[in-house]
Amino acid sequence: MPHATASAASSTVHMGERVHLDHTMTVLLVGVGGQGTILAGNILAMTASEAGLDVKVSEIHGMSQRGGSVSTIIRMGEHVDSMVCDPGTGDVLVAFEAIEALRNQQFLKEDGRLFVNDETITPVPVNIGNAQMPRGVGARLDEIGAVRIDAGEIARGVGSPRSTNVVLVGALSTALPFAVDEWRDAISRRVPPKTVEANLAAFDAGRKAAER
Amino acid sequence: MGKQLLSGNEAIAEGAWSAGAGVGTGYPGTPSTETLENLVQHGDVYCEWSPNEKVALEVGIGSAMGGVRTLVTMKHVGLNVAADPFMSVTNTGVNAGLVLLVADDPSMYSSQNEQDTRNYAAFARVPCLDPSDSQEAYDFTRKAFDISERFDAPVILHETMRIAHTRTMVECAHERDLEAAAPRDYQSQPSKYVMMPAYAVARTRVTNEREDALVEFAETSDLNRVEMRDTKVGIIVAGALYNHVREALPEASTLKLGLTWPLPPKLLASFAASVEKVYVVEESCRYFRDHVAALGVKLSEPPAAPLPRSGEIFPADIQRSFGVATPAHLEAAKDLPPRPPAFCAGCPHRLVFNELRRMKAIVTGDIGCYTLGAVAPFRAVDSVIDMGASLSMSHGMELAGIPERTKRPVIGVIGDSTFAHSGITSLLGTAYNGGKGTLLILDNRTTAMTGTQGNPVNGLTLSEQGARISPLVDADEKPSVLDRPAGRPLDLPALCRAIGVDEVIEADAQDLKAVRAALKEAVSHEDLLSVVIFRSPCRLVDRTHKPAPVIRDCRRCGTCIQIGCPALGKDETNYAIIDPTQCVGCGQCEQVCPFGCIKSE
Repeated sequence: MPHATASAASSTVHMGERVHLDHTMTVLLVGVGGQGTILAGNILAMTASEAGLDVKVSEIHGMSQRGGSVSTIIRMGEHVDSMVCDPGTGDVLVAFEAIEALRNQQFLKEDGRLFVNDETITPVPVNIGNAQMPRGVGARLDEIGAVRIDAGEIARGVGSPRSTNVVLVGALSTALPFAVDEWRDAISRRVPPKTVEANLAAFDAGRKAAER
Repeated sequence: MGKQLLSGNEAIAEGAWSAGAGVGTGYPGTPSTETLENLVQHGDVYCEWSPNEKVALEVGIGSAMGGVRTLVTMKHVGLNVAADPFMSVTNTGVNAGLVLLVADDPSMYSSQNEQDTRNYAAFARVPCLDPSDSQEAYDFTRKAFDISERFDAPVILHETMRIAHTRTMVECAHERDLEAAAPRDYQSQPSKYVMMPAYAVARTRVTNEREDALVEFAETSDLNRVEMRDTKVGIIVAGALYNHVREALPEASTLKLGLTWPLPPKLLASFAASVEKVYVVEESCRYFRDHVAALGVKLSEPPAAPLPRSGEIFPADIQRSFGVATPAHLEAAKDLPPRPPAFCAGCPHRLVFNELRRMKAIVTGDIGCYTLGAVAPFRAVDSVIDMGASLSMSHGMELAGIPERTKRPVIGVIGDSTFAHSGITSLLGTAYNGGKGTLLILDNRTTAMTGTQGNPVNGLTLSEQGARISPLVDADEKPSVLDRPAGRPLDLPALCRAIGVDEVIEADAQDLKAVRAALKEAVSHEDLLSVVIFRSPCRLVDRTHKPAPVIRDCRRCGTCIQIGCPALGKDETNYAIIDPTQCVGCGQCEQVCPFGCIKSE
C-alpha cells in the first residue's frame, strides 16, 4: 500500500496556525481495553481543535472495556458530519496491538496509513483453547503497508514504560498536518503533571521511529 | 469562552445546570451513566443515585412537583422499570420542569435489547426531544425544561449511544439561569396529583388537550428543520442518523426532526409534497415508518435495498440502500481469534463461577459483569433476562421441579447493586411463599460494569463518589462532602434474615476453599432457603497489586488456564506462563493448581 499522504505537512505548520483540510480526515485508534486508546484520542482531538478544526470523537464504553477489543474514531475537518467510520474511509489507523490491526484493516482507505504497535496480546479464547492465533501476523502487516513500531520497547527505552500510547501518538503525528508544538502542548495538558517530561520524550521517540 | 469538546452526556449535564436544575436522580446504565456524574460536579445541583429507575423517577416527580427543576437519567431498559410512574406522571403533569434523559443502545454494545424509547413517548404522550450532536444535546436540554413547564408535562430527552459517547464541539453559556433555579411555590392540588379514578379521568382529558397543543407546537417549532437540497430524494431523520444521512447522501433534502413526539402532520405533508420521493432513515425499529405512515404520508422504500432491521446504521448502510457506491477496501480478516470482554485479572467473580461450573449447577443469572460467567471458559449461566430475574427465576425453576428432575442444583446469582435494584423483592417473593434453594449475592462493593458507581449496598452516595471517596473507606471514616448526608451501607445479612431467609452464609470470594465450602453447605440443605454472600472488592476499586507468583515444574494440565484469567497463558510447549504486566497477584491460579506448582514468593 503506497503512503500517499506524506509526513512533510507537519513540518510546515507552526504553533497557533489554523490548519485547513480539503476533506474530512478520519483516524481510528484500535486496541485492547486498558491500553490507553482513550487518552491518545484525547490528545489528537485537542490538537485538532486547537488548530481550528471541527472535531468529532466517538468511543464505545461499557462491557467491551473488560479486556475486549476497543476503538476510538476521530473525525476532523472544516465541518464534520458523521462520527463513525465505514470500511474504506479511514485515513489513518493506529493499532495498539497487532491482531487488532488486522481486525480493522478493512476500515482503511486504499492510500490510508497504518501504524501498528508490534506486539500481540493473546485473547482469552486462545489461552483456553477455543481459538487460535493467526499465523504470520508480521508478514500480513507488511503486506498491507503497515509501519510497525515496537512502541513498548521504545517507551521503556525513554524510561517511561507506561507511555506506549504516547509513542504511538508520536507515530500518528507524522501522518497529520499539525505543528509538533501543538501536539506537545496537548500532551503537556492531558497527562499527569509529573509525567509530562517522560511523555514528551515518548512522543518524540515515536515520531522518530515512524519517520525512520 | 470558545467551543469545547463535550460528549452528549457531558453536554446534557451542562445544559441541565445552566437551565437551573436543582435535583438530579438516576440509576447508572450504559450509555447514560456519565450525565449525573458530571452534573454532581456542580455543587449547586443536588444529585443522587437511586436504587433503581422507578425510585429515581418517583423522587424526580416529587422534587419537580415540589417546585425544583429536575433531571432524571436512565438507560432505555431502565424506563421499563420506571414505566409505572412514567405512565401516570404524564397525566399529573409537573410543577417545575421534569426532564427524563433516556439513552438507547442500538446494536446492544452494553445492553440486553435495543428497544426504542420513542415508542414510550408516543405511548405516554410525552414530548420527546432527539439531539443530533452535543451542541443540540446542550441546547435541547435547556429547551426541554422550558417545554416541560410550558405544557405542564414531563419531557423525554432521547439519545443513543452515538450521541451519548461522541464528543463534538459545544458552545456553552457557562451561566446558570438563576430565575429558573429558584424553587416554585407549592400548593396542594389533589385533583392534579392524586391519580384516583375520578381525578385521573379528568386529567386524561387534560392530556388530550395537551397533545393537540403539542402537535400545533411541533408544526412550527425550531426543533424541527427542513433543509431543501435536491428535490428527488427527501429524507425524514433524527438523532445521530441525521449526520450519517448528510455524510452518505449529501444532495438529499432532509426533514430533521428534533421533536420526535408528537410528529408534525402538516410539516411532514408539505415536506413530502416538496420532494419526488420521501423516505425515513431510522435504526433498530420502525417508529417513524409506522407513525409517519399513519399520518397519511406515502413513504417510499429505499431503491436498492432495505435498511437493516436491527442494529446501528452507518453511512455505508444508507449508501447501499440508495444505490450509492461505497469505497473499495481490504476484506475483513476472517481468521482472527475473537477478543470478547472477560473477567479482569483478580476479578472476585472468577472463583465462584469456576465452582458453579464444577458443580454443573443450573444458574439463573443477572445483569452486571458476572453476566460474563455465561461465556467461555465458564459457560456456567443458563439465563439472563433483566435486573433481579436471577432470584425470582430460580424460584420458578423450583416450581417447575427442575432440581428433582435434573438432579442438578438451581442457583440464582446476582450482584450487590442489582440486588438492591430489583433483587430484594425477588427474594421476598421466594421467602414469603416458602421457596427453598440457593441464591448467591456477589458483593464486590460497587456497581462495576457501568464504571464503579456508589450504590445502597456500599453506601457511597453520588456526592461522595463525585468527591472520589473510595467505596472501601469505612462508613464512619468517610469525610463529609459539601455538608451533605453521608451514605449508609446496607447490612446484607441482616436484610436477608429479616426477609425470612433460613440460612445466610458469608464467604471470601477470593478464598477457593471457602467458596467451595459455602456452596457445598448451601446446596446440601435442600429444605432451606439459603443465601450465600460472597465478598471481595472489584479490582477496579481495590487497585492493590501483589507480585506475580512463580510457576515451577508445571505439569501442563491446563487447570489454571481454564479459569480464564487474562494474565495466564501457555508457551509453545503448553507450560503455563504468567504475564506480569497483567497479573495483580490475587492468588486465584495458585489455589486452583492441583499440583501446587504456582507459588507466590
